[in-house]
Amino acid sequence: MKLHAWFAAALLAVSAAAQAQAPIRIGAFLSVTGPAAFLGDPEQKTLELYVERLNADGGVLGRKLELVSYDSGGDAEKARTFAKRLIEQDRVDLIVGGSTTGETMAVVPLVEAAGLPFISLAGAVVIVEPVKKWVFKTPHTDRMACDKIFVDMKARGVSKAALISGSGGFDKSMRAQCQGVAKNHGIDVVADETYGASDTDMTTQLTKIRNTPGVQAVLNAGFGQGPAIVTKNYRQLGITVPLYQSHGVASKQYINLAGDAAEGVRLPAAALLVAESLPDSDPQKKVVVSYKQAYETHFKQDVSTFGGHAYDGLMLAVAAMKKAGSTDKAKVRDALEQIRGYMGTAGVVNMSAQDHMGLDLTAFRMLEVRKGDWVLAR
Amino acid sequence: MLALIAGVALLPLALANNYHYEIAILVGLNAIVCVGLNLLIGYAGQISLGHAGFFGIGAYGSAILTARYGWPPLAALVAASAAAAALAFAVGRPILRLRGHYLAMATLGLGIIISIVVATEDRYTGGPDGMSVPPLALAGFTLAGERAWYWLVGALLVATVWLSLNLIESPVGRALRALHGSEVAAEVSGIDSARHKLLAFALSAAIAALAGALTAHYAGFITPGKVTFLHSIELVVMVVFGGMASTFGAVVGAAVLTALPQLLTVFKEYEMVVFGSVMMLTMIFMPRGLVPTIAALAARRRKAP
Repeated sequence: MKLHAWFAAALLAVSAAAQAQAPIRIGAFLSVTGPAAFLGDPEQKTLELYVERLNADGGVLGRKLELVSYDSGGDAEKARTFAKRLIEQDRVDLIVGGSTTGETMAVVPLVEAAGLPFISLAGAVVIVEPVKKWVFKTPHTDRMACDKIFVDMKARGVSKAALISGSGGFDKSMRAQCQGVAKNHGIDVVADETYGASDTDMTTQLTKIRNTPGVQAVLNAGFGQGPAIVTKNYRQLGITVPLYQSHGVASKQYINLAGDAAEGVRLPAAALLVAESLPDSDPQKKVVVSYKQAYETHFKQDVSTFGGHAYDGLMLAVAAMKKAGSTDKAKVRDALEQIRGYMGTAGVVNMSAQDHMGLDLTAFRMLEVRKGDWVLAR
Repeated sequence: MLALIAGVALLPLALANNYHYEIAILVGLNAIVCVGLNLLIGYAGQISLGHAGFFGIGAYGSAILTARYGWPPLAALVAASAAAAALAFAVGRPILRLRGHYLAMATLGLGIIISIVVATEDRYTGGPDGMSVPPLALAGFTLAGERAWYWLVGALLVATVWLSLNLIESPVGRALRALHGSEVAAEVSGIDSARHKLLAFALSAAIAALAGALTAHYAGFITPGKVTFLHSIELVVMVVFGGMASTFGAVVGAAVLTALPQLLTVFKEYEMVVFGSVMMLTMIFMPRGLVPTIAALAARRRKAP
């Protein structure tokens, strides 16, 4: 009998210890391969790198972190199945993932039903508007990009702008957002042209814009090679009004593709792109420089803002767990919603019950291409 | 047939959680499409590289009618399937007169047109980011939860297989098989080849659309990814992998190719390499597909003393 009691006590102690040491499971589903690999690949690398680093520093709440990640290949249905797997089979404590808007939106009903905190890495406004109880996101929205561009246009005395956009999901969403907010800034969209995803020449659309009377600036919503071609055609046609690009081309790749034609082009982007040239007084400098150096020395690759979104997602999750003092899903969710003043690669995050992204326009920097590199626009 | 019913009925014993149910449901939905497609490819001997298009018409048709026009889901589902069948019937008349590569090209073109329409008509379809779909409901009762869906999809799969097996044993089925053997010989023996090909095409399109509509309502969200050329290829591969001209082959092919990627995630970045190797080795050593090869092996065993 006595032996039994001892045995039971020992068993209890062992299981309590196991409980304390069981790793915190972070789930992820990312487009590591496929058409959106340029998003998912740096996100995956960033999560791996920082989970390793956090564990080397002793983990979170005295427990190690464990990353369970799947490659959804940009396919919304796969993303949904993997999310179900993370929730039902892997029993993760939280999900950071969803490289594209389609994948994220396909998963939203699942996490809402399961009651699991989910930090999305995709761009569109629809993810957090209307606010969904369990869903948060780290990247800027396309509407913010439109706002930032229009504010800059207005400062340069522009009141009539032309819009040219591609036909991908990102392009269409941004086009709609820009049309929606243009009026708020007192800007008239006087021309609205679109081009196909694989078009190799946009002179027709640009000629129409050039011949539209009163155009004072042109805004190109798109990513990939389309905007680079638009930029080249723009110079070939000798259009002299300012050209604005979206945050979708915020990478060295764009300058390499567009070459000299990119000179003078402006676009809104995260501070990460100009990390080293930020003034030392900038509160964001420390965060972006440290992330940039960690990523570039570890992977020998240029840093991208997309990996930065994953960094922010993971750090927000860790901050929320520390704040909640546990991994209880409801407590972590509440803690996420109460995060104020977190400085990330995307900007200052001030979450609230009405805003599950928490970024404002200061998160975007207006950049200009000067001598083949990005500089802060003055 | 009995084996399939028993399989569907007993499988839940092996399903531990909702994620397992999810995989079983996806297998079932893919299997339904493949059984229909197999009628066309395996029996009538016609190739279709545009079946994801019909799948998409079902999915988006039902989604748009319920979400944008407030139709009851069941009516939307039936209307979308009928629309797919009607479209298949209309375009099938001219294109089924083509053969081989030309037929493949024509169906490929049809699939791509549907895919482009879905991606560009974003006022209705939500564009490349996809759209939400209301759940399946009938007279105030909403079908929710993986278990309920499992039984619905399981029952429909059994019904589709039963329909397919009966059709193949009927005069129409014999005519289809004759067409596969030799179109000229079939015509000489008095078979209206155009009518029979058209029938198989329209029927397989309607089945694909039905499965598409169910997939949309089950997932609650649909993106153009399911309407692309790649998905058409995936469906054809399932049929060929399982074994052409074998209804159970189509079911097995769908099951293996849907479940395998989930099992292979343990290989991490080598997942696609392993997946490709499995496919290659199967086609090298079992060129007729899984089920017919294994059935032939079993038959030879039985004959040998």
